Amino acid sequence: MDVFQRTWTWLATGSHWSGTDGVWHRLGEHLFLTVACLAISCAVALPVAVVLGHVGRGGALAVNISNAGRAVPTFAVLVLLLLSPLGTHGSWPTIIALVLFAIPPLLTNAYVGMREVDRGVVEAARGMGMTGRQLIARVELPLAFPMVVTGVRTAAVQVVATTTLAALPGGGGLGRIITAGFRLTDTAQVVAGAVLVAALALLVEGVLVVLERLLDPRRRRSRVPAVLPPSTAGSPA
Amino acid sequence: MAGANCLVTNEWFCGEYLQTRGQELTHATLQHVGITVASVVIGLLVAFPLALLARRRRAVAGPVLGLTTVLYTVPSLAMFSLLVPVFGLSASVVVTGLVLYSLTVLVRNILAGLASVPEEAREAARGMGYGPLRLLFQVELPLALPALMAGLRIATVSTVSLTTVGAIIGYGGLGNLIYEGMHSYFKAQVLTASVLCVALAIVADLALLLVQRLLTPWTRAGTRARRAARRTAAAAAEGAA
Repeated sequence: MDVFQRTWTWLATGSHWSGTDGVWHRLGEHLFLTVACLAISCAVALPVAVVLGHVGRGGALAVNISNAGRAVPTFAVLVLLLLSPLGTHGSWPTIIALVLFAIPPLLTNAYVGMREVDRGVVEAARGMGMTGRQLIARVELPLAFPMVVTGVRTAAVQVVATTTLAALPGGGGLGRIITAGFRLTDTAQVVAGAVLVAALALLVEGVLVVLERLLDPRRRRSRVPAVLPPSTAGSPA
Repeated sequence: MAGANCLVTNEWFCGEYLQTRGQELTHATLQHVGITVASVVIGLLVAFPLALLARRRRAVAGPVLGLTTVLYTVPSLAMFSLLVPVFGLSASVVVTGLVLYSLTVLVRNILAGLASVPEEAREAARGMGYGPLRLLFQVELPLALPALMAGLRIATVSTVSLTTVGAIIGYGGLGNLIYEGMHSYFKAQVLTASVLCVALAIVADLALLLVQRLLTPWTRAGTRARRAARRTAAAAAEGAA
């Protein structure tokens, strides 16, 4: 139990929070990378998923990309990108890896959400003379909203986790506190870093759950499906 | 000569690497498989009673599902680091972390599988004098197998991929080779270990699919019958046209 006391002491020491190796700076890096990469991934994946879902094509792609994302180790991709010619370009390897691993949950969930919209409702909207655009904006997207946001939440948690791993090949973020702790064989620092990372991940998840409830156009609690369909379930990273 | 050079010039693809480091690769692969199998088996052994408990008592179901979902959110590097003070630098850290991750998918899918068992099947079994244990193992469990196996496949593939992160404490199987290769900029080692890791995930997934087919022959008979019916219907439609 001595470790927990030392962890607390580590966290309570002011000097550990300031400077370029300090918690605040690492947290800033972590949040910047997370938000930037999530935004890029959403901008890339969501329009594609919405259009594919609207026209009902590319279902195999949307499902398989998630399965592939689960089988490929994040750590391996981070290191492969570091050793590739991109590795000399600052944080680009990290950014590319983050975007690559955020796209599958976004794409798959949004696609499944669009496809699961009741066909009868879609037909009725068409019968009322709605154009394709109107159909997407007024019928399909509002009904697919819970699944789209679930995808964003899964992707956000994935990005937070992947950013942590990026510390292994020397990227920024809170993971650096953990890797530095291992290098110094300072268990207290390792645990302190882990607590901070876990807290951040849970906070991001929690904030997005609340946002989801507030923003849902139908304001109804979206029920989480009991079985995680292999295609839409996320994976820890 | 060209073969020997690829190690010196640090190329991505290197036959010489495979020849000279075969033993190292085998060792890492075996460790990877060992950690994965241990994690998934223990995960299944823990998830099954948890799911049964959650099914029996509603009050347990909420916290069990909530807690396993929270665990799923914790990044792997943090998860392993948090377990270091408990187990020291040992393989137990990696296995425990991976077991905790696998619980989320396994508990949910076992619950869903058990919920999908038709009430008529249960009634019939009870009418035939089946006790609760026989009912569970001979009627409910077989009918829950498709959902359970789907969960097991997801959990196994994620576990194979996550094992690599165990390299941070030296128990990452193929991840250890990736970790070493990262520090020494050894391209062939990183690529070979990465490819082997993905291959391992695919092989495990296919093997479990095969097991599922063998264990649930009735689902296949169903699809075959449906397919045959569809073919007959199509032929009939063609004949009518």
